[in-house]
Amino acid sequence: MIDKPYSPRSSKLHEWVTTADHKKLGVMYIVCGIIYLIVAGCEALMIRWQLAVPENDVLSAETYNAFFTMHGTTMIFLVGMPILLGAANYFIPLMIGARDMAFPRLNAFGFWLFFFGGLLLYFSFLGGQGLSGEEGAPDVGWFAYAPLTSTTFSPGSSTDYWIISLFVAGMGSIMTAINLVTTILTMRCKGMTLMKMPIFAWMMLVDAILILIALPTLTAIQIMLLLDRQFGAHFFDAQAGADPLIWQHLFWFFGHPEVYILILPGFAFVSEVTPVFSRKVLFGYPLMVIATISIGFIALGVWAHHMFATGLSPTVLAYFSGATFLIGVPTGMKIFNWIATLWGGQIRFATPMLFAVGFIAMFTIGGLTGIMLAVVPMDWQLSDTYFVVGHFHFVLFGGLLFAIFSGFFYWFPKVTGKMLNETLGKWQFWFLFAGFLLTFGPMHFSGFEGMPRRIYTYMPNRGLEFYNMLSSIGAVVQIFGFGLFVVNVLHSLRKGKPAGDDPWDAWTLEWSTTSPPPPWNFATIPSIASRRPLWDTKHPDDPDWKYE
Amino acid sequence: MLVFGVIGIIFVITQGALVWSLIRYRAKGNEITEPPQIYGSNPIELAWTVIPILIVFILFLVTTRTIYSLDMQEPPEGALRVKVTGHQWWWEFEYPDLDFVTAGELHVPKGVPVFLDLRSADVIHSFWVPRLSGKTDCIPNRENHLWFQADEIGTWYGQCAEFCGTQHAKMLIRVISEEESEFEAWVANQKLDAPQVPTPLNGKEMFLSLACVNCHNVNGIMMQGGFAPNLTHLMSRDTIASGAAENTPENLKKWLRDPNSIKDECRMPNMMLTETQIDSLVEFLTTLK
Amino acid sequence: MTSQPNSIAVPKMLPHGHVGMMSVITTEIFFFATLIVVYLAYLGKSISGPTPEELLSIGLASINTVALLASSVTIILALKALRASNQKKFLTWLLVTVALGAWFLVGTAIEWTGLVGDAHFTLQTNLFGSTFYTLVGFHAFHVTFGVCALSFIWFCGFMGWVQKKHHQNIEYVSWYWHFVDTVWIAVFLVVYVIGR
Repeated sequence: MIDKPYSPRSSKLHEWVTTADHKKLGVMYIVCGIIYLIVAGCEALMIRWQLAVPENDVLSAETYNAFFTMHGTTMIFLVGMPILLGAANYFIPLMIGARDMAFPRLNAFGFWLFFFGGLLLYFSFLGGQGLSGEEGAPDVGWFAYAPLTSTTFSPGSSTDYWIISLFVAGMGSIMTAINLVTTILTMRCKGMTLMKMPIFAWMMLVDAILILIALPTLTAIQIMLLLDRQFGAHFFDAQAGADPLIWQHLFWFFGHPEVYILILPGFAFVSEVTPVFSRKVLFGYPLMVIATISIGFIALGVWAHHMFATGLSPTVLAYFSGATFLIGVPTGMKIFNWIATLWGGQIRFATPMLFAVGFIAMFTIGGLTGIMLAVVPMDWQLSDTYFVVGHFHFVLFGGLLFAIFSGFFYWFPKVTGKMLNETLGKWQFWFLFAGFLLTFGPMHFSGFEGMPRRIYTYMPNRGLEFYNMLSSIGAVVQIFGFGLFVVNVLHSLRKGKPAGDDPWDAWTLEWSTTSPPPPWNFATIPSIASRRPLWDTKHPDDPDWKYE
Repeated sequence: MLVFGVIGIIFVITQGALVWSLIRYRAKGNEITEPPQIYGSNPIELAWTVIPILIVFILFLVTTRTIYSLDMQEPPEGALRVKVTGHQWWWEFEYPDLDFVTAGELHVPKGVPVFLDLRSADVIHSFWVPRLSGKTDCIPNRENHLWFQADEIGTWYGQCAEFCGTQHAKMLIRVISEEESEFEAWVANQKLDAPQVPTPLNGKEMFLSLACVNCHNVNGIMMQGGFAPNLTHLMSRDTIASGAAENTPENLKKWLRDPNSIKDECRMPNMMLTETQIDSLVEFLTTLK
Repeated sequence: MTSQPNSIAVPKMLPHGHVGMMSVITTEIFFFATLIVVYLAYLGKSISGPTPEELLSIGLASINTVALLASSVTIILALKALRASNQKKFLTWLLVTVALGAWFLVGTAIEWTGLVGDAHFTLQTNLFGSTFYTLVGFHAFHVTFGVCALSFIWFCGFMGWVQKKHHQNIEYVSWYWHFVDTVWIAVFLVVYVIGR
């Protein structure tokens, strides 16, 4: 073991700022992610306040536009990404029996790029100028469609903040992805062949590869946009003959894989939690691996289903519609496999399991509405309406966020050595679940009634009041859920029950070490014979490796 | 509709299986042994790979057939042609065969297909009247098409469906479908130049002397603008500011006093007019029947 | 542990550097792919001149191409010499590689001076200008980075700090260098052959 070197300036702050330890970086990622989750949640609350009644004037048009842009951008780049990268950072080395990531200093650099990218984005509230030259934050939508982002239509500096901050944060994500791929492919412990990795590691591997492929495209078009805005280039300048659809194609070539980059870690959390709390091995591990890889591949070929209304030719429409249907197949396989894992088990409804089950149910609905949107003529009607908003919140809130909470409750004891309060956790789940359904369920109907997305107000007597009021009430219910979560975390950090090494009687390697794990993770590097090494230790008479 | 059926069935099966296993396989509290470990089953897994592929294939075929049959690029026979141009934040409707231009409200005869050429003057917009057809984007440097047919008389509400800047929410559309004869009458009126009615407060002179004419055209009076809605028959419309307000003299005055009071940050500047100027202008505008 | 089978497979795993460098190159490929796609999409779409035919000469670009391709060979020779512990040969071939890379950059500078100075053709001229300078510029930026890295290695070698045991790390730099060459072949074909 390596002793801590003497440092005259050694303080807690100094230790965290200078750390290259994968666990500390993981914790910092997740803490940042949760702080931004609360910030972006508050932006969403303001949006729901404004939309509660028709022709409301709580927010001006500019502020509303800035809020929905910042809500989307924050949730994707500053909540989803850091939480998934943080979880991967913390648990990949623990799960594959390694002492750290492959490139610890690159890891720290990636985190700090993300950190300052996020700060820069939020600094725009003070330093930026929006479409009208007044408001601060970016207000062109998280997708920033050209040519609205050109200096002609967006003269202020807020769009530049959007470009540069995401560029910086994106470089950080690419570095972390390089690190993850390398760690998973080169640092597994003795006995861990690829097909004996925890499913979590497989999903994070595919996820990191998707980041490597998709993010540079965003980086490239952001550079082009910056050249347009700052140096007078013409990439997205319709006056010079540019085609605004180029931005859309390339943005969604990044943007759609990005959705899978966000949801695959959700799959990973749920695939770890579900077996442990049904006391059964994950059903059909090889098929899960195949499904994950297929999702990775198909995700790269479905981008134009965001663009069905842009006048594409019938052949292109048919192709992208077909590819989008096709991605439903591996996704469906996963859902069936999770249900088969539950089937015949002895299900314990601890908080992580509640959220995992909520995930499976809500994500299924989100997936099915996605199939509806893949039907092109239906998409012409529903695209860019609240139906789509409902659809992707079922995927990203009912799906991803529930999976995040599931993972959070599951691994919090490992990270802190303290249990979270179960009673508060269950209350939180039911408040969030009810609030979630109430907020996003009605959006499908307001979409059907003809309510487009991204409007800061709507006309009375067009059949929209009722659904919007329901959504806004749902948002208020959610406040209680999130409030309980914050209270629970703060309370449990100080007064939580001690967790012990393995509170859930689980099976993967991270539970074989202490809670919290020591600086180099394991006293001795483990060697494994199956996907569930701790099951083998606990059941020496009937170990897993006989069956795999 | 097939898709609703398929999705309904999948929904019931998956959620049913989920709920059933949650209830049936709850831990009973006193169980200490682990349940039997089932690692997978090739036949079952094969089944839920192959069956979804088949379902997806059928959906794909049906969708593809519909895409080709709904080809929006060719005008149907006897269609009325309208050039639609999206502006920040209003709609311009030009009837090329009938040779006139209007804004905000699209009049169409009942039961006749209407074929739209969709274009944009600035950023991307999307033309959408939910009860009449799907949406199609208006993209700079491109021309898209869309056709629909209103089989009943009525007013159909729609609006821009692609985020296009600050006032995206107040870029409303009204499609007014009417009997052939009423439509003919409306067309006949639209084709006329602005009526020359005496205005005691010198409204017309005021209109010409201020900057209005730099952007707004009034046929027969001044034709040098075009960036803003054509006002020749302003009073034949129900609304102003692309549907943001009812077309009444009070609202016109409010609009002239400060357009931002109706539509914040809209492209029409606040001209800092005096009340006298406003009264005189509204007198003129209300003659534009 | 009695619960383990008699033999446990030791997974065959590559060194960190292999996977790390391949990941970097993967992500770079998609970056350049985006730039090339945009270049091709806007080919002939400029609404005002000048066009690629009027401005670009294949002669200078061909010489540049030869220089860069040759540098890919010389870096292989340098590595081979290092593995054979032949310091002098290693330093010589590495210097030739740096020189060829620098030659490429000078060639690009000459071309750009002509375009900007004589033809007044810049990033702002038209779509062709925007896409051309961005694509070729980002490639040249990567060459510059490579030349700096190789010069640094040469300097270290000159000071006698580079040993045979470092060959693996220098090989990773050579992968990057080969990648930059390969991108140039694509850029050359797209900009100077197909695009004219």
